[in-house]
Amino acid sequence: MKCSDAPRRYDRPAPSGVKQLYKVESATRLADRVYEYWICAPQVAQHARAGQFLIVRLHDAGERIPLTISAVRGDAVRVIFMTVGKTTEELATLRAGDRIKDVVGPLGKPSDIENYGTCCVIGGGVGIASTPLIAKELKNAGNYVIGIIGARSADLLMLEDELREVCDELHITTDDGSKGVHGFAADVLKKLLAERTIDRVWIIGPAIMMKVTAGVTAPYGVKTYVSLNPIMVDGTGMCGSCRVTVGGETKFACVDGPEFDAHQVDFNELMQRQRIYTGQEKVSLERFAEHRCRCSEGGGHHE
Amino acid sequence: MSGSRSTGAGAAKGAATMSDRPADVRIHDFKEVDSGLSAAEAIAEAERCLQCKKPFCIKGCPVCIDIPAFIREVADGNFPAAARALKEQNMLPAICGRVCPQETQCEGVCILGNKETAIRIGAIERFVADRERENGAELPEVARPTGKRVAVVGSGPAGLTAAAELARAGHAVTIFESLHEAGGVLAYGIPAFRLPKDVVNAEIDQVLALGVRLKKNHLVGRSVSVDELLGYDAVFLGTGAGLPAFMCIPGENLNGVYSANEFLTRVNLMRADAFPESDTPVLHATRVAVIGGGNVAMDAARVARRQGAKVSLIYRRGEEEMPARRAEVLHAKEEGIEFLTCTNPIRILGEQHVTGVECVKMSLCGIDASGRRSPEPIEGSEFTLDVDMVVQAIGTSPNPLLVSLIPGLERARKGNVVVDENGRTSIPHVYAGGDIATGAATVIEAMGSAKRAAAAINAMLKGE
Repeated sequence: MKCSDAPRRYDRPAPSGVKQLYKVESATRLADRVYEYWICAPQVAQHARAGQFLIVRLHDAGERIPLTISAVRGDAVRVIFMTVGKTTEELATLRAGDRIKDVVGPLGKPSDIENYGTCCVIGGGVGIASTPLIAKELKNAGNYVIGIIGARSADLLMLEDELREVCDELHITTDDGSKGVHGFAADVLKKLLAERTIDRVWIIGPAIMMKVTAGVTAPYGVKTYVSLNPIMVDGTGMCGSCRVTVGGETKFACVDGPEFDAHQVDFNELMQRQRIYTGQEKVSLERFAEHRCRCSEGGGHHE
Repeated sequence: MSGSRSTGAGAAKGAATMSDRPADVRIHDFKEVDSGLSAAEAIAEAERCLQCKKPFCIKGCPVCIDIPAFIREVADGNFPAAARALKEQNMLPAICGRVCPQETQCEGVCILGNKETAIRIGAIERFVADRERENGAELPEVARPTGKRVAVVGSGPAGLTAAAELARAGHAVTIFESLHEAGGVLAYGIPAFRLPKDVVNAEIDQVLALGVRLKKNHLVGRSVSVDELLGYDAVFLGTGAGLPAFMCIPGENLNGVYSANEFLTRVNLMRADAFPESDTPVLHATRVAVIGGGNVAMDAARVARRQGAKVSLIYRRGEEEMPARRAEVLHAKEEGIEFLTCTNPIRILGEQHVTGVECVKMSLCGIDASGRRSPEPIEGSEFTLDVDMVVQAIGTSPNPLLVSLIPGLERARKGNVVVDENGRTSIPHVYAGGDIATGAATVIEAMGSAKRAAAAINAMLKGE
């Protein structure tokens, strides 16, 4: 039995319309709990721009979760995710050739790419996934691009070679000092800002990391973008689940963002709203883990 | 269908009907409230029809169903012929029979309403459609292919209607739907106890059986470029009014505060009522405040009730001013929803999660622009309602995403696309209908405007 067909006892009527499934082209484990998937989704791949995301729904009983578009190759898009809940755990059980029920995208506004001069693109942890497309488009627009990627430890760093190719310079930090600068991306950024002029900064990572790192650029008045990751449902501006306060106004991250002026974002509210379903998420994850234990013989398909 | 129910003739205009399941039973499930007419009841009701020479009911119907004709067939026991007559003008009869406000349309103008009670046209329509679904549907004729390609954006009531009409005229129709399921508000908005999802899916399948192509997971403007869209011979925009309004009062972004769109989407579309069998969660509260007085507010209140909460509905005017259908107000009351009318929320309280709503009582004085009494706060009447969830159902406005991306598409101040009486927009081969053109309205009004637009598109394509 295949685990991905798992807890689906909930019956619903056959869906209407043309059946279209999205094939997993490749599935790779990059680090502990971090996976890289290429998914065939032509309508997403053909239109995707830096800064946009997609939404997947694995099967008929699945929830809709947003994932950043990390790269595009032909009709396929790349997503890189960390297993943090039931749906990401379940997604990580899929292997090449398996199919995902629904993929919609690209969603959200593309990054505001222009020739600004010198730009710094910062990725923290799994947020590094979003940086190559942004760096590449900035580079193509004529910018000098500085990349900073940071993770807890060396084994959690990713996309280093890819970023080295598109960035004019790349800085690496680890919290434990196992690679690059011992410290945070914010430390490197602080040093860079003191030394030279940086015209635009992008920060993508966990909410707390974006909050702290954006605090570094504020005194310099450098326009800084963060890519927000609130809870979403439809991702098309219809429900307001992803509402965030930016400059005192309510915005929908799915259609008004996901990128916003970092210095205007109410990060505390964002983090508070990310915790709405903590209880249910735990129930769902435990239930899934229990199910996996019962059918674990076929596991270990990732290299 | 079981046949042991009272004859349907006794129901007051738009009131809850005698075929309703008992409130204390139905608040524990999402099964349909109204169990519908039996064949004998439908025939008996149809036999009451006077078959007026100049029927007002047809004029009262936004999609111009030949009501006396289909009712005559029912009276004769010829149900397939009745279905054929219905579908001549309306491809979604099982849906319309359930959610149309007949009391203000066909039934509202029925001549019998003057002396006894109007014919229960909606209930008969539903019976005919349900009967056909159970016995195998017959498809209407489709004209020979014209070779013209039409794009329909959105698969809600307007999009489905336009698609069906244009497919029947022989055009190659593609519907683009951004969600993973077709139906628009029929799928994400209206709860199953009012509109079962198998009913919706069966009627959508009939539209598709006319040869309409449905592309789900396609958000036009993002997954399909505006240029690709405008490359079709004609375009129908039916993107709806999905943008939820918030009250802009303090505390609105606390955890536990929902828009009705989110709350209903989680339950209706994502099946959060079945969590954790279904992966999407929704908060379960013990005490819920629903703000608003329309059909959506009633739906949200009744869904929350079915989750076991004590529910208070807060509305700033009086009960008679509520825009909701009378039947839905009565259903909500039967199910134990508390109505706090002439009450307005001014602040949502809580640290991280909502703990209460501060309200003020309103007095109704004067008449405002909408022709209703206008509410004014009564000083010193503030009070706090302890709740752990708030659902705001205070309206929606046209979806801005696609229409803002189409260069040269004229929009009014409220965001709706400007159209003439035939759905023509400021761009020659682009038409619009439903809520994106009219602002938030009913399912049947959306269908009516879509039909008119489809007729104009057909005339344009044939004229070329």
